Amino acid sequence: MDIRPKVLVTKIGLDGHDRGSRIVAAHLRDAGMEVVYTPPWQEIAAVVKLAQEEDVDVIGVSSLATDHLIVPRLMEALRAAGLSEVGVIVGGIVPDDDERALLDAGVARVFHPGTSLADIATYVRELAARSRAAKFAA
Amino acid sequence: MNKPLPTANPASTAEAHVRWSAEYAAQLPGEREVRNRSGIAVKPLYTPLDVDASRYDADLGFPGEPPYTRGIYATMHRGRTWTQRQLIGLGTPRDYNARLLDILDKGATAVSLIPCNSVYRGFDMDQVYPELLGTCGVVANTADHMDACLAGVDLAKTSCSLNDPLPFTLLAFMLATAKRRGVDWRLVSGTSNQSDYISHYVANHMFFRLALPGSRRVLVDHVAWCNAHAPKWNPVSVVGQHMQQAGATPAEAMAFTLSTAIQYAGDCVAAGLAPDAFLPRFTFFFDISLSFFEEVAKFRAGRRIWQRVVRERFGARDPRSWRFKFHAQTSGVDLTRQQPLNNIARVTAQAIAGIFGGLQSLHTDAYDEVLSCPTQFGARIAVATQNILREEAHLTDVIDPLGGSYYVESLTDAMEARIAEVMDEVDAQGGMFAAVQSGWVQRRIGESARAFQARVESGEQTVVGVNKYAVEEDESARPALPRPDPALMQAHRDDFARWKEQRSQADADRALSALARAAQGSGNTFGAVVDAAAAGCTHGEICATLRRELGFGQPLVVV
Repeated sequence: MDIRPKVLVTKIGLDGHDRGSRIVAAHLRDAGMEVVYTPPWQEIAAVVKLAQEEDVDVIGVSSLATDHLIVPRLMEALRAAGLSEVGVIVGGIVPDDDERALLDAGVARVFHPGTSLADIATYVRELAARSRAAKFAA
Repeated sequence: MNKPLPTANPASTAEAHVRWSAEYAAQLPGEREVRNRSGIAVKPLYTPLDVDASRYDADLGFPGEPPYTRGIYATMHRGRTWTQRQLIGLGTPRDYNARLLDILDKGATAVSLIPCNSVYRGFDMDQVYPELLGTCGVVANTADHMDACLAGVDLAKTSCSLNDPLPFTLLAFMLATAKRRGVDWRLVSGTSNQSDYISHYVANHMFFRLALPGSRRVLVDHVAWCNAHAPKWNPVSVVGQHMQQAGATPAEAMAFTLSTAIQYAGDCVAAGLAPDAFLPRFTFFFDISLSFFEEVAKFRAGRRIWQRVVRERFGARDPRSWRFKFHAQTSGVDLTRQQPLNNIARVTAQAIAGIFGGLQSLHTDAYDEVLSCPTQFGARIAVATQNILREEAHLTDVIDPLGGSYYVESLTDAMEARIAEVMDEVDAQGGMFAAVQSGWVQRRIGESARAFQARVESGEQTVVGVNKYAVEEDESARPALPRPDPALMQAHRDDFARWKEQRSQADADRALSALARAAQGSGNTFGAVVDAAAAGCTHGEICATLRRELGFGQPLVVV
């Protein structure tokens, strides 16, 4: 299925460093995807609402300064809102132990510093296709 | 007998240069042009033809004399090296204090305090998710917390650099602590290290969303208050580091920083302060990237421009106003998660560039900060790196040792011209405040960030272990991750809740009302913050009061 992925790029929690999220958002946009971008510090409830309203396939959460620690709360809120099919990826400074915890919480993949933008785009396409297929199946 | 100096005969040098150029081109046909991060073309060789020796006195001069290209003090690092200022902050005030005393014991000579992200954002600890508390900085919300953070530190003698964004509650808490300990405020020294609200607004967004005009007012009040009551305190640190970390090129970062300083100085003058009263307390804070010579030239050019600006634009007459004092931090963006120990080599090269650039204060990044908030082990290596560079490597034997290099002098001139161009563009936008309000600066930084990333993606910019020389990861190099003990953090939260119940609510309410009145009228808002801190108000309460009175401001984010 050849689809145009729709991706929400956001930051939750307290940190405002957004070089990573801006670069990734701009690259995904230039790669032909539909990107919904938010400034930092989104409330988890606001991210869930936006994902629902915009019917996104993938949510990309950027974290530099430990905000990834509340991503499990986001996963829980997405499940509660019936958005389990939306694929969630996290990018940024995520220590190894925390990565395991995020994957256990349902995050599809964690991207670390040094990842090429092309690799991120390729993965987002695959994940979006899976997410779209799961939505249709549901 | 003195050896006669070699002299260049311009005619024969030019002739030889033609000969050499032909030979070079024959051996490297079609060589790709090399440009530095600021976009300046870099030639393969620099010779006497690239510098005008007759300009020595005007463009270089001597250390401690204008135009300060060779350094702002006559003795530079021979007289006094630099302040070794490691940024630290983690967990509860007690955790922080233990780490602070350890790092002072290991050779650090000044205090730095990084608060928890919740503090940057204007919250008290009972307003945020507990798992985010203390993971990147110390959770300090009251004067009592600051007292605990700084236990065992002589506030009359130790310079304290506080990462204290507007409205500067950490300084207010520290002043309350000083008063309790009987320390005269006139002896308190250090820097409000995150006072540059413009850099927060455009770059790292670590602020509590006070509207820009309100921020503008509070900063000027802060300068005026410190000027009158804490004359050894540096109320303004203009931060190029945030912008360069967000993607600005070194030339852009220097230009935006100088333009920001011009904005702040102009605002202070408009408020009735005399330039020579506040300019000696202006300080700067920069990033040092791995573009070694470009960074050296950036700092040399910055000094030259600043002394010209303060004299020509502001009529400053006191030489202390002309000196471009700066703290620098090695660039975190250049560090890699892959083979993290390689970062020690990167930090070393960055630090040497800063030292040769003539810095006054240095923070070397821990090699593991790209993996997590730095561990104690990583922080110790960062301190040791500075000790080695300062005391083993003979870097400080000669002042401005790269001065006179054909390349460095030529590059300093080119960087100065590039920086001045960008500053002119900012002026054409109506100054830094207007250029930031319109999003022009943000757009520019975003474009540069993407251009740099494209160079990394294409392999034009090598990143060892990432796009070249990648190896199987050595997992043993991964450090254990520091996280505050949840039980200790919970106890800190419980203490805070108890303390709030026990404090005099009437005193706190009165102080917050006075703060609101100062903000509504023309009173000094920072003076009211200092009073509120002493009266038992919390950080979150002070921020909320100011934001209610001066307005809410979301940063303008441009993709």
